[in-house]
Amino acid sequence: MLTRLAYRSFQSLLVTFCLLITVFATDLRAQDDLRAMVDALGEGSFAKTVEQVEALARTGDPKIVPALEALAAGDLYQRNSDKQVFLTRTAGGTLTLVDPLTGEEVGTEAASALTKIRVNNSLRRAVRTALGGLTLMSPDAGVRLQAAQTMLRSPSADALEQVETALAAETNANVKPVLERARAAALLVSDRPDDEKKAAVAVIGNAGGQDALSLLSAALASADDNLRPDIEAAISSIKERQALWSVGQNVWYGLSLGSVLLLAAIGLAITFGVMGIINMAHGEMVMLGAYTTFVVQEVIRTSFPGLFDWSLAIALPLAFLVTGAVGLAIERGVIRFLYGRPLETLLATWGISLILQQAVRSIFGPTNREVGNPSWMSGAFELGGLTVTWNRLWIIVFALAVFTALLFLLKKTPMGLQMRAVTQNRRMASSMGIRTPWVDALTFALGSGIAGIAGVALSQIDNVSPNLGQGYIIDSFMVVVFGGVGNLWGTLVGAFTLGILNKFLEPYAGAVLGKILVLVLIILFIQKRPRGLFALKGRAVEA
Amino acid sequence: MITSFLLKSFDRTVIVAVGIILGLGLLIPALNLLTAPDHPLHVPTYLVSLFGKYLTYALLALALDLVWGFCGILSLGHAAFFALGGYAMGMYLMRQIGARGSYGNPLLPDFMVFLNWKELPWFWYGFDMFWFAALMVVLVPGLLAFVFGWFAFRSRVNGVYLSIITQAMTFALLLAFFRNDMGFGGNNGLTDFKDILGFNIQADGTRAALFAASAVALAAALVMTSGMVRSKYGKILVGVRDAESRTRFLGYRVEHFKLFAFTVSAMMAGVAGALYVPQVGIINPGEFEPGNSIEVVIWTAVGGRGTLIGPIIGAILVNGGKSIFTAAFPEFWLFALGGLFVLVTLFLPRGIVGTAQAWRAKRKEYRKAADDEAVKGMAAAEPLAAE
Repeated sequence: MLTRLAYRSFQSLLVTFCLLITVFATDLRAQDDLRAMVDALGEGSFAKTVEQVEALARTGDPKIVPALEALAAGDLYQRNSDKQVFLTRTAGGTLTLVDPLTGEEVGTEAASALTKIRVNNSLRRAVRTALGGLTLMSPDAGVRLQAAQTMLRSPSADALEQVETALAAETNANVKPVLERARAAALLVSDRPDDEKKAAVAVIGNAGGQDALSLLSAALASADDNLRPDIEAAISSIKERQALWSVGQNVWYGLSLGSVLLLAAIGLAITFGVMGIINMAHGEMVMLGAYTTFVVQEVIRTSFPGLFDWSLAIALPLAFLVTGAVGLAIERGVIRFLYGRPLETLLATWGISLILQQAVRSIFGPTNREVGNPSWMSGAFELGGLTVTWNRLWIIVFALAVFTALLFLLKKTPMGLQMRAVTQNRRMASSMGIRTPWVDALTFALGSGIAGIAGVALSQIDNVSPNLGQGYIIDSFMVVVFGGVGNLWGTLVGAFTLGILNKFLEPYAGAVLGKILVLVLIILFIQKRPRGLFALKGRAVEA
Repeated sequence: MITSFLLKSFDRTVIVAVGIILGLGLLIPALNLLTAPDHPLHVPTYLVSLFGKYLTYALLALALDLVWGFCGILSLGHAAFFALGGYAMGMYLMRQIGARGSYGNPLLPDFMVFLNWKELPWFWYGFDMFWFAALMVVLVPGLLAFVFGWFAFRSRVNGVYLSIITQAMTFALLLAFFRNDMGFGGNNGLTDFKDILGFNIQADGTRAALFAASAVALAAALVMTSGMVRSKYGKILVGVRDAESRTRFLGYRVEHFKLFAFTVSAMMAGVAGALYVPQVGIINPGEFEPGNSIEVVIWTAVGGRGTLIGPIIGAILVNGGKSIFTAAFPEFWLFALGGLFVLVTLFLPRGIVGTAQAWRAKRKEYRKAADDEAVKGMAAAEPLAAE
């Protein structure tokens, strides 16, 4: 995929480079020779002109391509006064003259001062052959590729022989398959025997894609009974592959949604999952993270415009600190008095969420604030039949990175050990000399801080408004409850399962109904497994 | 049997509360209808509707208190039951408009004509009759609560998990009712009502009657819940709240007790919604907002969960405060509400009524202890001190 992208840009560079070389390296004498040959197109009979065209083709110089194209289209004129040949563009009663080799405008003439160079069918064929040969045989692989693609898109039986000669001479591994397909496409519309056509159908069928589908459908309309089953089989195989790609696309969208859910829920997996606090203000922590990003970008825009691509990297630690500090304050100020009364924490944190929302609304205003994408997060690329946007890809990567970091923190660090000890058996942990109140405070701050950095990522794909958090709170709870409380892996699996499920339901049920179905499924699932996918086992759960 | 039920339901507080509610139900409509507009005691019609709205909220809070205060089920879905009742009433009111809508279609409500629907969806049949709509007002929320509770309580989903899935249910309904295809008017909901039972819904007399109806409904609900919680059933309900496993081990089918309370409570919420809609004049999917359900919880918490008159007082106080606040300082209402949530949970966990009762009980105990001391003299003081 990436190599293809790199190849594309390399290719265009190469073409530009070659053009420059031709312009500079061709000396004036050669220019004069060509000029004379083009002028000769205006002389004599059709047969003579055909000879001239063939002579031009033998030069292999791409500069004559416009002149030949114009000749076939009937836009090539000879000036009566000096027998020079020009391309023309009509402008009212006069014709604008264009130099056939350089493409420069050289003046205007009345239509009466010019004679049109007449063409007949044999001349047209000669021109087409010359053109095809010129581009298909061009020394530049990029030009050849383009020519082959053009032929593939508009196949003609006339070009078949050229394509075959070009194919025989082709060595470039990138151009060759396209040429083969172009040959097959041309063959399908030619009057070659059915055996060859069958092979051609197979070639096109293997290539796949929308183009191949339309080629084959066109061929199907005029095919005889002998060929028909082959074409139909090829068409259905292409359609199957397309269906497979669309499944892939759904999986990708699902992964993308899942990563968003994971980001939104992962902080809650700490505060709700590990600590058992129903933190309704969790969404507001995400929102605060997003607003931190906004503030950072505002400062960068006004003071250090050059740093814009770094804005997210700067916002990440800041968001973590800001929301972590707010979380710490909430835990010390309110939640610590409510341990053991989970339903009342729900009310208190809901109250806090209202206060935070209104505070942000009062400070930043009720409307959406603009948060920009850094350059490395904008744009998209193609992967087979998939379109992948960079920001979605980065968010998946980021969500997994946050998940891994958190897992590491919980399982491999002394702080994580203390957190787990306190949540599993508070009194025992306390007896072992762990300062449980501080561990509580820091755990809550950690969960809030993670919600904050999730906000930085979500600011890239969502509207940054005071209501940002409200949109995520229910989804986050669903993910944590579905995955199983107290288990980070459950959150990971839960987020991606719900994300993919949602995206697979969407095409059948529509976005809203799909979401409703997912909610209903979760409610039913909770009946079956009240503790979620990965339930903690043991007596501690009942307490 | 009914008389014994009634007799048991009446303790002194409830009698006083029912008296006050019924008295207000007479007094306010009378002040509105019988006094001249410039009379100092005149109650303007908009206030009648506003107070009527508070009464329906009080009924909703009472319904929540039955499950939360007495059974320990924190439902975050009561706004959904309320809204379903409201929609059932709204559908009746829509059908009453008849050919007077902007499109003049005698059968289809305006929004269906607008959506190019040709015939009435099957679930709109019957709503032209009041008795059918009134039945649906209790049946639809009741049935939903029954089915939902049947599954949830049987699988022993409780505590926080139950709260979260009731919230999920509410959210799913919110999304569903926002859809135009559902046939409930999409995000505009149902509005532009004209008549109820043949009376103009805007008229002062209708408003006063609706207020009186709300007061009667609230009083009836109060008597009913009081009867429920003072019966043996109510005692077991409290047992489920305080020690669910122990109650189960004693041989009670805990899930049946919960299911009954939950279903009755949802029906009460439905009635509250049905009385709310004609007084407010609109019902839309916004009523399903998960935030609304949580607000009901705070009314109940402020007044005092586990007491019967607490939620009524809480609902009226908080909503009265909201009306005043949002008019005077709109910016600060959310600060005030949020602060209320935090402060009540921290400093007033039993609510206003609960705290007052506890204070009174303590004083009574103290006085009794003092009396005992006086009677028994110094000899009794020793065991008391040892305690």
